[in-house]
Amino acid sequence: MTDIWINMGPQHPMTHGLFNLRVRVDGEIIVDANPLLGYLHRGVEKLCERRDYTQIIPLMDRLCYVSSLTWSHAYCLAAEELMEIEIPERAKYLRVIALELQRIASHLMWLAAFGPDVGMFTAFLYAMREREYILDMLQMMSGARMNQNYPRIGGVRNDVPPEFTDKCLKVMDYFDGKRKQYERLFDDSAIFLMRTQGVGYLSKEDAMDLGVTGQTLRGSNVPIDMRTHDPYEVYDQLDWEVQVEKDGDCYSRYKVRMNEMWESTKIIRGALKKMPKGPVRVKPPKRPKGEAFRRTEDARGEALIYIVGQGETSPYRVKVRSPVFANLRAAPVILKGNTYADLLAIMGSIDVCIGETDK
Amino acid sequence: MIDLYGISYGIGKWFMGIIAAILDFFGQWIQPFQGLADWLMRWETLNVLAITIQVVIVFLFVSIINLFIIMWIERKMYARLHTRRGIMLPLPFRKVQKGTGFLQNLADGMKLIQKENITPKNADKWMYHIAPAIIATTSILVFVAIPLSETFVVANLEGGLIFVFAILAIAPFAVLVGGWASNNKFTLIGGMRGAAQMLSYEIPLILAAVGVILLAGSLNLVDIVIAQQQTIWFGIPLILGLLVFLVAIVAEVERLPFDIPEAEAELVEGWATEYGGMRFGLIFVAKWVRTYAGAALITILFLGGWSGPILPGEIWFIIKSYIVFIIIVWTTWSLPRTRMDQVLEIGWKRLLPAALISIAIAAALKWVGWF
Repeated sequence: MTDIWINMGPQHPMTHGLFNLRVRVDGEIIVDANPLLGYLHRGVEKLCERRDYTQIIPLMDRLCYVSSLTWSHAYCLAAEELMEIEIPERAKYLRVIALELQRIASHLMWLAAFGPDVGMFTAFLYAMREREYILDMLQMMSGARMNQNYPRIGGVRNDVPPEFTDKCLKVMDYFDGKRKQYERLFDDSAIFLMRTQGVGYLSKEDAMDLGVTGQTLRGSNVPIDMRTHDPYEVYDQLDWEVQVEKDGDCYSRYKVRMNEMWESTKIIRGALKKMPKGPVRVKPPKRPKGEAFRRTEDARGEALIYIVGQGETSPYRVKVRSPVFANLRAAPVILKGNTYADLLAIMGSIDVCIGETDK
Repeated sequence: MIDLYGISYGIGKWFMGIIAAILDFFGQWIQPFQGLADWLMRWETLNVLAITIQVVIVFLFVSIINLFIIMWIERKMYARLHTRRGIMLPLPFRKVQKGTGFLQNLADGMKLIQKENITPKNADKWMYHIAPAIIATTSILVFVAIPLSETFVVANLEGGLIFVFAILAIAPFAVLVGGWASNNKFTLIGGMRGAAQMLSYEIPLILAAVGVILLAGSLNLVDIVIAQQQTIWFGIPLILGLLVFLVAIVAEVERLPFDIPEAEAELVEGWATEYGGMRFGLIFVAKWVRTYAGAALITILFLGGWSGPILPGEIWFIIKSYIVFIIIVWTTWSLPRTRMDQVLEIGWKRLLPAALISIAIAAALKWVGWF
């Protein structure tokens, strides 16, 4: 049979965002794949050069609507490094709580997309049901359900209301209680295991050579998590573990993400317990000079922000390094040799977010 | 028991009687009308009319009443599985947003009918238009041979089971034709998958029914149920055959664990991508009709058909087939999709041996003399 090129995208149920995955198939076997970006390019990096340091925060929120808080936080960290300021202890804890809530919400959104990818629409509504409570918590913290605009250079925008701790613990209890339901829906389903185990294998060497980050890397048995590898905020003072799986297939990546969600609830509980009282924000200087970069663990991997300041109110250059861009680069390597039907499971397990990839 | 033929004959005779009386009245002056009236009241004419009315009644039952009920059951059922309420369209002209949503499917159908019939520019027009028609007609035609009770049946065929399998096996060809004629890469892959999938389930499906044929000693669907009334439901000794048949019928109607030809995630809508408007509606509705046909077949072959106490046979049949349908819906919405090679593997490595064991059990039971 002759090979054919199939354009999956820019409008296709598989693409969670606007990009075109060109796939060359021989019958059902994928011979070649070629992701094409550029359909969602907004020029965020250029826009940053015409804005104040504070005005960039909401812009960074729009990088990825699924996990916006992690991006604005990464920018704030880099800006703080540039301005050489230390933020109050309480703000650090609040940031950790917000980040982990955002991580859970993002992973639930991924699960909601991954379920229909392998043909289980029920998973979509289950994940969305839980995400609602997490978003309620974020709303309580910041006032917005999405694009929160919560971190500030020098702390966070506002303190949480007094009833937040109780409500958040309640939500965490509820969410932990749902763990069994997910395990019964996914891990106990023989068809789900058939679809994910041994599919989309990425070896440890390939993963490191291709610069893959995040859950895709940890699914290939490389225990690198920026929260411990290059600690920021108060992650090193909290009790939690980096999630690693050995097999390097779709199931490992799925498992890493699922375990991370339960790990995040542990972090949030710990942070709520340890959180000290005090101010949540300090005033930053206006015209910093120099350059700084910080990397953080985004919901999808290693996010890096590099800022160059020239003593003006706006930065000279802001560079965003997206984790999905690196992971998407590895997609053709993983896809080759798999069947066309497995493409969904593989691309789903990479967790593509085009907003931050195309910038 | 409702005597379908008797009722149809009665309706036909009553209707024809009125016409014949009028013709007879005018026959006083116009001689040929009397001959026409005599011809109308002859048995041969009334028989043809009765059969036509039978078909119309079954068609109305299958495609109007029953279809709306099963669509409603499915949509409500999986909505509850998703922890939501499902369709809630109220009766027309009522402003309150609460209700059972029974008429939602009617509204959806109205919307689909109003849509433009788009034919892709490079499609093979004849084949493209004929494929949904083949699927819809064959799906409804199955019910000609399926008896709701001893007397509620259009055609009590000697080889009824073979007829049903033959008709059910036509639709995958229409999938291939429709997929190929649409001239689109997604539909082509979907159609090819449909053809490949047929290889995996068709043989276990028929082999699972062979055990029943052995026990009943007949291919006639009415005789199979009567044999179960005299002994026990074949689903009890042939539980293995029942399970194989259930899995194979889900693959046959291309429902979710096996809806590979229209895997909506990778193939957009699979072989039906290019169909729009009521053609898409026909394909969708035919899937439900075929699912119900599968549930009805399981009821007849394994669950004793219309046998049951107190209630009339037809009611028992419908209750049982709806329960089977609900089980199919339940599995559909709680399982992910399999892959093409995995379906072949399930069909040939799991279902086929299980079906053969089921036949061996049936043969052994027959040999011992229990049936």
